[in-house]
Amino acid sequence: MRQLTIMLTLVTIACGVGPAPAAERLVVSLSNHRVAVTSNFVGEELVLFGTIEPEPSTSALRPPYDLVVTVTGPRQTLRTRRKQRMLGIWVNVDSREFVRAPSYLAVLSNRPVNTIAGQDTLRRLQIGLDNFLLPQRIGADVADTVRDDPFRRAFVRLETQQGLYRESATAVTFLTPTVFRAAIPMPAAVPTGNYTIDVELFTGGLLVARTNSALEVIKTGFEQYVADAARDYGLVYGMATTAMALIIGWFASIVFARD
Amino acid sequence: MQIYLPIADLPVNVFLVLGMGLAVGYISGMFGIGGGFLMTPLLIFIGISPAVAVATVSSHIAASSFTGAISYWRRRALDIALAMMLLSAGIVGSATGVWLFTELRALDQLDLMIGLSYVTLLTVVGGMMIYESVQAILRTRRGMPATLRRPGSHTWFHGLPFKLRFKRSKIYVSAIPVWAIGFVIGFVGAIMGIGGGFLLVPMLIYFLRVPTATVIGTSMVLTLVTMASATVMHAATNHLVDAVLALILMIGGVIGAQFGARMGQKMRGERLRLLLGLLVFAVGCRFAFELVVQPDDFYSLRYVMGG
Repeated sequence: MRQLTIMLTLVTIACGVGPAPAAERLVVSLSNHRVAVTSNFVGEELVLFGTIEPEPSTSALRPPYDLVVTVTGPRQTLRTRRKQRMLGIWVNVDSREFVRAPSYLAVLSNRPVNTIAGQDTLRRLQIGLDNFLLPQRIGADVADTVRDDPFRRAFVRLETQQGLYRESATAVTFLTPTVFRAAIPMPAAVPTGNYTIDVELFTGGLLVARTNSALEVIKTGFEQYVADAARDYGLVYGMATTAMALIIGWFASIVFARD
Repeated sequence: MQIYLPIADLPVNVFLVLGMGLAVGYISGMFGIGGGFLMTPLLIFIGISPAVAVATVSSHIAASSFTGAISYWRRRALDIALAMMLLSAGIVGSATGVWLFTELRALDQLDLMIGLSYVTLLTVVGGMMIYESVQAILRTRRGMPATLRRPGSHTWFHGLPFKLRFKRSKIYVSAIPVWAIGFVIGFVGAIMGIGGGFLLVPMLIYFLRVPTATVIGTSMVLTLVTMASATVMHAATNHLVDAVLALILMIGGVIGAQFGARMGQKMRGERLRLLLGLLVFAVGCRFAFELVVQPDDFYSLRYVMGG
């Protein structure tokens, strides 16, 4: 746990490295800060609008710009397991635990992230699925591994298959050289919780401005009620569900009784 | 029509889930099994996490076995005394099973244990049932009586002490094998996360010589009690029972179970045993296939915890 804390602190410091003396400022607005999961929720698309404005002190803008939007969902710990053949049957022989990995991760940009800036910059800013820090627990240690580590690759691939991780080089569109829009897809199976949105502006491979926003995905109405009941009053909830089972079973036998 | 499930955290098609409930309910009513070994893989297949699937299926099975039990009760095809006897041993078996479950999970080989026990149990039990019922059907074809209830067909455990008479089933057996069967069902059920009906039915038929007619109703009472208590336990400890999913499954399940029970009553005992044998064997082969054939993906994800 201590290693994790130290590592996260280092990450925070690394992220704190601010952009070069900036001439630009980002102004962004999200179409909706709250995604309500209702009984007919099948996913949603949020839109982030923004403009690039010159700082009042300097007035020169330096197009063309590149923009990367990183949306990160609530953290969770997952285990990636690998099967191997032993004595003719396939068995899980090896596993890695991904500690506090985002349950949702979308990297949206106007062109492929590896053409926007150098590898070092992307790595330092954790931009792109390849560069995002995904700490693994290996024995007693917690550390991020190289990006082509097979467990890491499998983890990202499986999450991408579920639509929870994505990297899109077309999701950000520049309407004018300084006005942009980014489409943030929220799949149906999107986890509930707090999300952060980091917006980073580049020009000529350098980070020139950044800002952030947030959104939350919440259950509402009946869904919220059921989820709360299940969590807070487990025993009563279980007995109520069992009672429901018995009533439905009994009711069906009455409806269908012919003799 | 899509509906969002509050605990499983994803939307599903109502009619698809309803249809699955109907199909599994029909099979469960016909053979007197819970159908958990069919329903759980189906739910996992449509994207519901295994933990939520196992927990929710228990409430669905409770509903369809209750409606099945009522309809067998009406037809007097149910042996309460035998069910209670099995149940008391089953509780002890479950407790032992839960203990071993925790021990195995610590070793991280629980999946393999579950897989291997499924394959072994299902193929062996299924194969035995197919063999026996085909023999019985052939005997009937030749004009001989189909039943195995010959006075001389007693096995060694018929000589055991503590004999009890179960009037409804018309059997007179020692309490020891009854207890042993109850214990095994409870134990295996806890380890494999199933009601154990598909094991109980053949065991009662072959070891205790309970007539096929009362065996199904009796097995349903047992399934009902174990699954109702499993629902409460899952809800109280893991908070993973999805009431909305359960409701849709139940509605399909009870309707299916009603028709299934009617069908089961009409069918001849040995035919019913053959069909159940084939079903159990097929599911066993599917699990074996999964273990032996190279998987499409060597990697899989498992949720550990939030935060």
